[in-house]
Amino acid sequence: MDLTFSAEERAFEQEVRDFIAANLTPEMKRATALTPSVFSDPDIGMAWQRALHNKGWGAPGWPVEHGGPDWTPAQRWIFETECARAGVPNVNVMGVKMVGPVIIGFGSAEQKNYYLPRIIAGEDYWCQGYSEPGSGSDLASLRTRAVRDGDDYIINGTKIWTTHAHHANMMFALVRTNETERQQDGISFILIDMKSPGITTRPILTIGGDHEVNQVFFDDVRVPVANRVGEEGKGWTYGKYLLEFERGSGIASAKLRDALKTISDLAESESTGRAIDDPDIAVRMSEIEVDIDALEMTELRVLSALQTGQNPGAVSSLLKLRVSEIRQAVTRLGVDVIGNDGLYVEPMRPLYRLNEAPGIPEEMLPVVPEYLNGRAYTIFGGSSEIQRDIVAKMVLGL
Amino acid sequence: MDLTLSDEQRLLRESADRFVSETYTADHRRRITNDPLGFSAEIWKQFADLGWLALPIPEAYGGLGGGAIEIGILMEAFGRGLVAEPYLSTVVIGASLISECGTEAQKQALLPKIADGSLYLAFAHSERQARFDLANVRATAKKTSDGWRLDGHKTAVLDGNAAGQIAVSARVDDGSGKPGLLCLFLVPQGTRGLTLRDYPRLGGGRACNLELDGVRLPGDALLGDGSDALPVIEAAVDRAMAALGAEAVGIMQTLLDQTLEYTKIRKQFGRPLSANQVIRHRLADMAMQCDEARSMALRAALMASAEPVVRSRAASGAKAKIGKCARFVAEQSVQLHGAMGVTEELDIGSYFKRLLAFDTLFGGSAHHYRRHAALGGRAIQA
Repeated sequence: MDLTFSAEERAFEQEVRDFIAANLTPEMKRATALTPSVFSDPDIGMAWQRALHNKGWGAPGWPVEHGGPDWTPAQRWIFETECARAGVPNVNVMGVKMVGPVIIGFGSAEQKNYYLPRIIAGEDYWCQGYSEPGSGSDLASLRTRAVRDGDDYIINGTKIWTTHAHHANMMFALVRTNETERQQDGISFILIDMKSPGITTRPILTIGGDHEVNQVFFDDVRVPVANRVGEEGKGWTYGKYLLEFERGSGIASAKLRDALKTISDLAESESTGRAIDDPDIAVRMSEIEVDIDALEMTELRVLSALQTGQNPGAVSSLLKLRVSEIRQAVTRLGVDVIGNDGLYVEPMRPLYRLNEAPGIPEEMLPVVPEYLNGRAYTIFGGSSEIQRDIVAKMVLGL
Repeated sequence: MDLTLSDEQRLLRESADRFVSETYTADHRRRITNDPLGFSAEIWKQFADLGWLALPIPEAYGGLGGGAIEIGILMEAFGRGLVAEPYLSTVVIGASLISECGTEAQKQALLPKIADGSLYLAFAHSERQARFDLANVRATAKKTSDGWRLDGHKTAVLDGNAAGQIAVSARVDDGSGKPGLLCLFLVPQGTRGLTLRDYPRLGGGRACNLELDGVRLPGDALLGDGSDALPVIEAAVDRAMAALGAEAVGIMQTLLDQTLEYTKIRKQFGRPLSANQVIRHRLADMAMQCDEARSMALRAALMASAEPVVRSRAASGAKAKIGKCARFVAEQSVQLHGAMGVTEELDIGSYFKRLLAFDTLFGGSAHHYRRHAALGGRAIQA
C-alpha cells in the first residue's frame, strides 16, 4: 500500500504541467479566479476545451474509440489534480461529462457520429433540461410533454435552473412522452436544438448577483423523433445514469484544496490584517483542511478500487454530500476572513472585465458572491436531503 | 498509488477478525473486567504465537518488520471486539520508544522479549499540569554517584499495573535551575519509591497514576545516550494516535452495524424505526462519518514514517477528525437505541465508553485541531 506514483506516472504529471504552462494564459487564469459562479463563461471555458481537444485530452472519461485518451485512474487523478492546482477554467460539464456518456451508452450510431465529435471539440454548447418549477427533488413528476406528430415530437412546458441556457445551442432534456401508472416509465431523454422556434429563455439572477441559470419555455417546439436517445419511456434510467456522473465525478478534493488555498492566502495577507492570527480562523482553516484530507483519501480509495474495474455507484452520493458541504465551509470561512471588505458589492459582471479598479483588493471580489451562490451546492444535482435518502437506501440497504 | 491490501495483509485481517469474533465475546469482556490484571495473559500468549507482538519490531531483534498499515489492520479488529490487552502500550508505543531511542544493548535485551510476549511495557509521560502538551514535563532526573534519582508524578499511565518496565519521562536536573533535556528512563515494576494508584480504565483495561519519590536507578536505566527524547516521544505518540484511530474505526463500524440492525427490528407506531426519514438520515450521517474516519486512519498510517511535520499533521488531523466523528457515532448509537442504550444491559454502552476514552487519550479534537494549525505548513500540500 502506498501513495507514490510510478516513474511513468511522474512523467505524465510533468507532461500535464508542461501542457498547462503552454496553454493556460494569464487572462484565462485571472478570469477563472474572478468567476464566482460554478462554470466559466463560454469564451473562457470553451477556449480551454479546445486546447484540451488539440492535445487529445478533450474527454478524459470517454472510451478510446470516441476520442478518450485511455488514461488509467491514476492518470485521471494526476490530470485533475494538476488542473485544479493551476486554476484552469471550469469547462462546461454538461457536454463532456453528462450528455456525452449517455450518448455513448445509449445513443444511436448517427447520434454518436454527429454529436460526440462536436462535444469533444467544443463546437456545441450544452445545457441540461431536468428540473421544472413543479419538479425539483421529485424529478420524476416532471410535466413537460412531448407528443408524437409524425416524425416529430411537439414539446410544451418549461424547464428551470437551466445553467447556461443563454449560452447553449443544445439541450438534453427529460420529457414526458406517456402518462403511465409509474411516472418514471413515461419519461424519455431527448436532444433539443436551442434555436428551434418556440423556445424562449428567461434569465434568473442568483443571490450572488450572477446570471448563470435560466428558465426555458417550450411553446409547440418541434423536435425530430431521431433526437430521442434510446427507447421511448426509458429516459429515467438514462437520466439516473447521468446523475451519478453529475454527483461524483470522483475527483473534487484537488479543487477544494485550491479554493481553500485562495482563502488561506488571503488570511495570511496584510490586506485582511492577517486574519490567520485569529486562533478561531486558524482552527477552522485546519478543520476544513482535514475534511479535505479525508475526502481526498476516500477518493483515492475509490480510485484504487476502480483500477480493479468496479462502478462508482452509490458512493457518488456520499462524495456529493461531503464535497458540497466542504465547499460551503470554505466559502463561509472566506467571508469571515475578508471582514469589512465583505460589505463591498460589485454588481457588474464579469468581474474580470470591470471598467475601473474596484474599491477592495480584486481577489476579494468573488468571495461573498461565491458564498451566496454556493448555497446552491447542497441543493442542485439532488439536494443533500435526497442524497441522504440515497445513502440510506443504497449504502445502508434500508 | 495502490491502496489495496497485499495478500499477507488480507490474511492478517482475516485471522485478526476471526480471532476477535471467536474469542472476544461479551462474556469474555465481563470476565476480564473483574480481573485485577484487566486482560488475559493467556490471550497475550496467543498474540505472541500469532506473531502479532513481533509485528512492528525490526527483524534484527526478532521481529517481523511490519509497519503502521499492519498495526492498523490489527487495531481495527481489536476495536471490533474491544480488546483489552496492552498492545498499544507494549507493542505500539513501548517497542517504538526502545527501537528509536534505546542503545544497542537495550534493544538486544528488550525487543525480543516484547516479541515473545514475556515483557509488558508502559509509558508514563502525562502530568497533571501539562494537559496534552508533550513538552510539558516537570518530573526530574538527578544524576547521582551511581546512577539517577527520579522525582515527580505521572497520570493516566496505560497498563502500568501489568508492566515489567515503565518508560518514564523526566527532565534532567543539572542544578543550573534551567529546564533540562527531556529523557526517558526504564523503571522496573516494584522499584522502591515508585507508587502506583491503579484503576479500571474507562472503556476497558486499566491505568494508573504514578508517584516517583526519590526513585533510585542504575546508570543504564537511561534509555539511549541522553540526547533530547522529545522527538522520539512525539513520533511514538503520533503512531499511537494512528493506531488508536484504526481501533476507533473498528468500534464505530460495530456501533453502526448494531444500530442499523436494531432500527430495522425495533417497531414503534406499527413500523420499524428505520422507516422514518429522520432516522434514515441520521444513519446516513453516521455511515458517512465512519467512512471519513476510515479514510483518516488510513492516511495517518500511510504517513506514519513521513518527515516529522507531515507525520504530525496527519496524526493530529486524524485524531481530531476521528475524535469528532467517534463522538457523533457513539452518541447517536445510544440515542437510536433509546432507553436501552443508556443501560449496562446492551453492548452499546461498552463501545460508547471506549470511544469516549479514545477521544480523550493524547488529547481531544479541539487540542489536535489547534496542534494541526500550530504546526504550520499550511501550504496545503497534496
